[in-house]
Amino acid sequence: MKKWLEPISTAWIGVVTHKLRSFLTILGIVIGVAAVIVLMSIGRGVTADILDRIGSMGANLVTISPGASTGFGGVRGAIGSSETLTMSDAEAISEQILYIDAVAPSYSSNLQLVVGGENTNAQVTGVTTEYIQVNNLEIASGAFFSEYDYQRGTKVVVLGSNLADTLFEDVNPVGQQIRMGSVIARVVGVMESKGQVFGFSPDDAILIPLTAMQQTVAQPRTAQGERVVSSIALTVSEDEQSEYVIAEITSLLRTRHQLDALDDDDFSIMSVEEISETIAEASAMMTLLLGAIAAISLLVGGIGVMNIMLVSVLERTREIGIRKALGARERDIWTQFLLEAAFLTFAGGIIGVIIGWVVSYIISSTGLMTTLVTADIVILAVAVSVGIGLFFGFYPAWNASRLNPIEALRSE
Amino acid sequence: MIQMQGITKVYPMGTRELVVLQGVNLHIEQGELIAIMGPSGSGKSTMLNLIGCLDTPTSGSYYLEGREVSRLSSGDLAAVRSQKIGFVFQQFNLLPRLSALANVELGMRYAGGVDRQMAMEALSRVGLADRATHRPTELSGGEQQRVAIARAIVKNPPLILADEPTGNLDSHASEEIMTILATLHNEQNNTLVMITHEAEIARRCQRIVRFKDGQVEREENG
Repeated sequence: MKKWLEPISTAWIGVVTHKLRSFLTILGIVIGVAAVIVLMSIGRGVTADILDRIGSMGANLVTISPGASTGFGGVRGAIGSSETLTMSDAEAISEQILYIDAVAPSYSSNLQLVVGGENTNAQVTGVTTEYIQVNNLEIASGAFFSEYDYQRGTKVVVLGSNLADTLFEDVNPVGQQIRMGSVIARVVGVMESKGQVFGFSPDDAILIPLTAMQQTVAQPRTAQGERVVSSIALTVSEDEQSEYVIAEITSLLRTRHQLDALDDDDFSIMSVEEISETIAEASAMMTLLLGAIAAISLLVGGIGVMNIMLVSVLERTREIGIRKALGARERDIWTQFLLEAAFLTFAGGIIGVIIGWVVSYIISSTGLMTTLVTADIVILAVAVSVGIGLFFGFYPAWNASRLNPIEALRSE
Repeated sequence: MIQMQGITKVYPMGTRELVVLQGVNLHIEQGELIAIMGPSGSGKSTMLNLIGCLDTPTSGSYYLEGREVSRLSSGDLAAVRSQKIGFVFQQFNLLPRLSALANVELGMRYAGGVDRQMAMEALSRVGLADRATHRPTELSGGEQQRVAIARAIVKNPPLILADEPTGNLDSHASEEIMTILATLHNEQNNTLVMITHEAEIARRCQRIVRFKDGQVEREENG
């Protein structure tokens, strides 16, 4: 046998000749590592899920709303509460700012919808033809209204999938008529279901050409006679340019709105890219927190390793005496016990990873939560468990190496 | 081989001191077969521990093969034990979970490396080649002691120390063990020092050193 292999084989024999005790020793590590894997994978999975949903809005989407920024929730509440954004703001942005693909101003209003006997309230949004592209929406059946419809102010609407189900149930909505307030409109398309993001769902929307909207409800005008819009959505043409675009829009709108240097913005801008970053940061913190909680159980497992190693040293005092009589140096003894501890915790780490992986998979397949096991979590968990073995194995191993051979031989 | 001069060993016992050996002189030649006898508490076990480099004397000098070893560090003493000394104990002191062969291999583990063939050879020399895979619990007392002897001789050390090697065996097994020890001693020309209570056993040795109250009472030829 190779000489350097001997300490390893000695430690290995120590582990396998005490199977039950070895198993009990690693149990804490197994549970700890499995907990780390499961909790971290849940954290990662949920994060990926949220980011995926946000990404479905279009990663380069930037939305401008009137009113001062009061955080994510407040932005939507503020819509309509102030009337500072106008059509000409949207036109100015479209003309003057670089890295912009499309600009989609919109004006929303709550209207009563009537279809046959069905009667419901919905937020009707007047939009330009760019709206569908900017918001990354797809048409499931029928078609979106055309530029021609927009120019002429044709009374046609496109429905969100939820709203279509509510209003028409089994009937195909395309071609059907719908009454909005005093106006009759024809349904030309239904959108693909998209899911809810930040409490807003395009599935509940009803879209109409902005020109038609102006004939349906009186779109307010500013003191200067400008037509007010309730939001301007736009897409940035190049990745990583959101920040530049936001800065440019901010300074353009401040100039247009004649704000003094000390005034707060009378609009707020939110970009999906920025939100994604913020959420990714927050989720990383949450994942770390979950990992830290699980790490506590790993620590407890480590203390268990130390406990059992100490007992093991006590129980094997005679063995240590024999080894010393045969010429084992202190280094030989503590290497043996330290390697045993490292072996055990390594094995515990591997078993824990497997169990954690299986549990994550089961959680994932119940559909309750998305989980994501990544290589870095696995490597970290195994490395930490071996580190714990070495750390908590050191004291017992050192104790063993310091035993007096004569007393050790006399023990039992 | 062994030259001990004015060896004293004192153990602190709380406030008092327990003097176990006082001024012992002992000379042993290469290849000798020596029995140490004496009543319990006479210091003969402590003497064997000192000879075996398991412990160091409180005062006095000890030359083993010309090297002063009485002041060595525990690590250096371990190195001396691994190279020069083989132990045979009254309690056999085999590791219960290892096979006979693995126990013999343990004798080489700290002496430069395990060689399975040499271990098998050592087992053959004590007549246990066919029991290599048995665990100690599956062997009789005499067989266990033979494994222990194989473990002591496997690295062919110049000095073998035996602490009442037949103390736990019946007369038949004792006879067997003594024959093996004597045969191996003749073949290998190593030095064998053993503690024994039995005059029968002692008579087979070349020299008997009798201890009493921590001193050599007298030496006689066997």
